[in-house]
Amino acid sequence: MSKLSTGAEIVFKCLEDQNVEFIFGYPGGAVLPIYDELKNHSSIKHILVRHEQGAGHAAEGYARSSGKPGVVLVTSGPGATNVVTALTDAYMDSVPLVCISGQVPTHLIGTDAFQECDTTGITRPCTKHNWLVKDIKDLSKIIHKAFEVATTGRPGPVLVDIPKDIQFQKTKYSKPKKEKKLNGKRNNSFNQKDIDELIKLMSKANKPIFYTGGGVINSGPKASVLLRELVDATGFPITSTLQGLGSFPGDDNSFLGMLGMHGTYEANNAMHDCDLMINIGARFDDRITGKIDEFSPKSKKVHIDIDPSSINKNVKVDLPIIGDVQDVISLTLKTIKKVKPNFANSNKQKISKWWEQIQKWREKKSLDFVNSTETIKPQYAVQRLYELTKGKDTYITTEVGQHQMWAAQHYKFDKPNRWMTSGGLGTMGYGLPAAVGVQIANPKKLVIDIAGEASVLMTMQEMSTAVQYNLPIKIFILNNEYMGMVRQWQELLHDKNYSESYTAALPDFVKLAEAYGCVGIRATNPSELDDKIIEMLNTDRPVIFDCLVDKQENCFPMIPSGKPHNQMLLGPKDQEQNKITGKGKTLV
Amino acid sequence: MSKSAYSTPGKKGKFDRHIIVVWVDNEAGVLARVVGLFSGRGYNIESLAVAEVDAKLNISRITIVTTGTPQVIDQIKLQLRKLVPVHKVADFKRKDKNVIFKEMALFKLVGNISKRKKAFNACKKYNAVILDKTNKSYVVQVTALRREIDVMSKNLKKLGLVSVSRTGAVAMTRGAEIFK
Repeated sequence: MSKLSTGAEIVFKCLEDQNVEFIFGYPGGAVLPIYDELKNHSSIKHILVRHEQGAGHAAEGYARSSGKPGVVLVTSGPGATNVVTALTDAYMDSVPLVCISGQVPTHLIGTDAFQECDTTGITRPCTKHNWLVKDIKDLSKIIHKAFEVATTGRPGPVLVDIPKDIQFQKTKYSKPKKEKKLNGKRNNSFNQKDIDELIKLMSKANKPIFYTGGGVINSGPKASVLLRELVDATGFPITSTLQGLGSFPGDDNSFLGMLGMHGTYEANNAMHDCDLMINIGARFDDRITGKIDEFSPKSKKVHIDIDPSSINKNVKVDLPIIGDVQDVISLTLKTIKKVKPNFANSNKQKISKWWEQIQKWREKKSLDFVNSTETIKPQYAVQRLYELTKGKDTYITTEVGQHQMWAAQHYKFDKPNRWMTSGGLGTMGYGLPAAVGVQIANPKKLVIDIAGEASVLMTMQEMSTAVQYNLPIKIFILNNEYMGMVRQWQELLHDKNYSESYTAALPDFVKLAEAYGCVGIRATNPSELDDKIIEMLNTDRPVIFDCLVDKQENCFPMIPSGKPHNQMLLGPKDQEQNKITGKGKTLV
Repeated sequence: MSKSAYSTPGKKGKFDRHIIVVWVDNEAGVLARVVGLFSGRGYNIESLAVAEVDAKLNISRITIVTTGTPQVIDQIKLQLRKLVPVHKVADFKRKDKNVIFKEMALFKLVGNISKRKKAFNACKKYNAVILDKTNKSYVVQVTALRREIDVMSKNLKKLGLVSVSRTGAVAMTRGAEIFK
């Protein structure tokens, strides 16, 4: 008879067989047997966070920068409820997480026991699937299944809730089954005909555009390589969503910049006027489409997505191709090479007018801003940060708000998995713990959280985690003392009634850094900015960088709500010009 | 300019009534997953019937009557198929002649014998069966379409109907074929 293992041992055996190296967690009463077992498994390192939300975001940062699932371990009740924000965040942005939570012993479930909550009930709508383990015999099968569900198809979070008595009980451990055929949840249901149809549309198009998203990144680094080949093979312009940044080089001439609410003028106008839109791994989010009824009215739309429920959810498309981005692009490239080996050149003439038009939009220079010699403009700070870190294969995380959009606009990425931001849920406080996870996955790399002072205070306690594990993350705070995006909306739409968007009692971030045992640096004017950034980069310890920026700066360009892509609000320079010439009033 | 960070609602399409049939693993919480998906995404449930249909394979069959635009009905099916315990999803238009829809109802009728007989006669064309009889009351079982039961339960009020219990519609295709 083979050896019997306790539930706690089985948890670790499963993690070992799933090649897990790190778990992010926080102990508590209902997971103590699992924590007790930790010492016997040296290949798995536990990262102790300061709040369970931090564990979730750190695991997200780990997953997004490494391509492997992030693992979270929390206790019952508050441990589980604290991780809900991170699970929802991961669900919205398709990040593979496996969360293991403790639960009160089975005989106490339903009695309102100490630290009991209906964890599977609470997390049902924010996970791909969750399990309450009621029988020790199911445990290994369930954990292996959890990894499979999290990582296949469109990735996402899952949760396994394990009552404390199950952690003590014993049974035989069973290894993961090698699945012969992946279950139907992993979808590659396209065929050659779809690809032929796609190529037919491509060769007919006069005004084509690629609109790419996080699906390219989730499909693996190979997908980004193939995407570059596809753009080369077609000569089509390409724009990306917030989550897709890095799948295509940000400084390439074919790249129109990010699209959407704070996207570039050229990207949004090209989306509006195109006659063929090829959506690769994006989901027609409302921050992208603007007013749905007037979204890209004249185009044929192709949608490549692994998740069948993404098709026709927000925007009706003409050609859905359901499959993994990498597989779809790969077959498309093969087919182009076979039927139209010289497509890019032969098609150049046909789309040259389109490129001329794009060039005209580009000349608007919609990301321009009025710089200053007295105060640091937040855009300038991001630009300088980019210039000074360009060659260093930098990993950037962000919080949520104006600084996030400025980072997306002015920091140029040329590799996938280098950009971690909370897009779908828009979770303030995401960036700092995410940076912790990114640094764990990439120990020698430069990891910077471009932050706002309001967001970063929501999960500031994780600095303590960074110090404990010697993670030299850099928290680059664009400090304008306001919840900047809230302030901007209040200025533009609520008659400058800045209701509760100013933080009157901020901590001294330099002293705060010192209190945490890391390094604090402050930049107050543009002339010292470069030196201070260099000082930060030369510090091999965690740094909080307090960059005091212009308090009134707004993030432009923007699509005002309820407007289509071709009615963007441009920055102050352009607004000034338009006042004089009387032109372009329609833009406002 | 709208004062919202969100767009204003666009044009609404025409609503159709559909019957969605879902085969699921009969496990704890599975109904909550299905129902939670409907409530969470703002879909409508007019009626719901669920029971285990295969004890060996542990499969339950859930029949949901819903209304929505074609786009919403598509989403319902696609979202349901993503749930891990869901095996297959069938969708029938309410108007589909190839599908049988039936709902069962129990009527409690209280009153004198002539009133009750009158009530029972009115039920007769819907496979009426008297399940319980006292000198004051009947419990009558009928199987009929949803709207027929709607009409019956309205009309029987004056004939002593004091309580109604209904199952929600179940559905099956006609002929030898089964849904795969």
